[in-house]
Amino acid sequence: MTFKPLGRAGIAARIAQDIPEGWFVNLGIGIPTTVSDFVPLHREVIFHSENGVIGAGPAPEPGHIDPYLVNAGSQHITLRTGAALVHHADSFAIARGGHLDLCVLGAFEVAENGDIANWARSLDEPVKQIGGAMDLAIGAKQLWVAMEHNTKSNGESRIRKLCSYPLTAKGVVRRVYTDIAVLDVTPRGFVVRDMVPGLTRQELQDRSEARLHWE
Amino acid sequence: MIDKFVPDVASALADIADGSVILLPGFSNGVPDTLVEGLLDQGAKDLTLVVNSGGRDTGATADLLAAGRVRKLICSFVRAESVAGRLYAAGKLELEVVPQGTLAERLRAAGAGIEAFYTQTGADTLVAEGRETRVINGRNCLIEYPLPGDVALIDAWEADRWGNLTHRGSARNFNPVMAAAAKVSIVQTAHVVPLGAITPENVHTPGVFVHRVVHVPA
Repeated sequence: MTFKPLGRAGIAARIAQDIPEGWFVNLGIGIPTTVSDFVPLHREVIFHSENGVIGAGPAPEPGHIDPYLVNAGSQHITLRTGAALVHHADSFAIARGGHLDLCVLGAFEVAENGDIANWARSLDEPVKQIGGAMDLAIGAKQLWVAMEHNTKSNGESRIRKLCSYPLTAKGVVRRVYTDIAVLDVTPRGFVVRDMVPGLTRQELQDRSEARLHWE
Repeated sequence: MIDKFVPDVASALADIADGSVILLPGFSNGVPDTLVEGLLDQGAKDLTLVVNSGGRDTGATADLLAAGRVRKLICSFVRAESVAGRLYAAGKLELEVVPQGTLAERLRAAGAGIEAFYTQTGADTLVAEGRETRVINGRNCLIEYPLPGDVALIDAWEADRWGNLTHRGSARNFNPVMAAAAKVSIVQTAHVVPLGAITPENVHTPGVFVHRVVHVPA
């Protein structure tokens, strides 16, 4: 039997299934940004954007763009009824002060001890994209990661025993949603919660550098 | 009578000295573009620029960098394909990359008279290399120091003659904290309103943090 990996939208939709009403959630750039598209408006989840938006709503209809409203990825947004706007220090007080139920970030790698690497692939490259990730990673009550299970270039596993790239934070990831599986980070290491249909345990293990566990 | 309005951008920026630390707010919006153009004309150089994003190939930050006016950039991220990324790769720009929340809090600390603070952010990362860390409540924390500016260039939606400001939508971002963190805060405002027109409950940046205001219609 063969299996079909989820696309980026598929990963986002899978994450959205697991976010309950009432949570206060920050979404990082990349796959995480699109998670809110899959949370129906009647399920009241409050999305925080690091630039001071509490209660970010869907993208505006064409012709109704307000240039004074953007999200963390500088995309145009709307505000939900009940939204609030704050300045940057208050916005990061929300992030660092433990007020977020959840943050979802993209990553290059996650390790079985919960370490996350998502801002630089090497020490000497000029790209240094920390942004708000280090603050969000340590501050949210829980951190989920959305990423492809393996690299596009050579299929190398992003699910690691130890991260090889510079860390964003240590021991903070609770759960990883990839294109082929959902993995919890536990004291035993990665525990598999879900797999795409048709994928075998052996195939998933073969695509993972870290040892996987099943309940 | 207090009146912080000045007639034009040139007179608002005239005394900015070489070597100044410039605080520049903005997160896609909320950038005081006209003041930055004025700073380019004014000629101050050897600047330290504090801004969230290292910018792209055009825009306020990129223009200041491309004009060779910035010695050091303090920001939360730099793209490889940008003026900042290329200047840094060529060894022509000093760079300090600071986590965004730490950047905001260092600015807040500067405005609030906080001499240092400890935070978990970055403590277990390269950001902490060679710096003081300490375990507090069982958590590894990194010491951080305030980030004061000589001059903040501020964007506002409305301003009155006392310098009370509102900011529109998410354009508020770094504007209030940077205004408080600088010795001199210079504002460009889209609208001028009479004193009292902004209800006291709705002042986003109070005039105590504001020194000069220029009307730049949106």
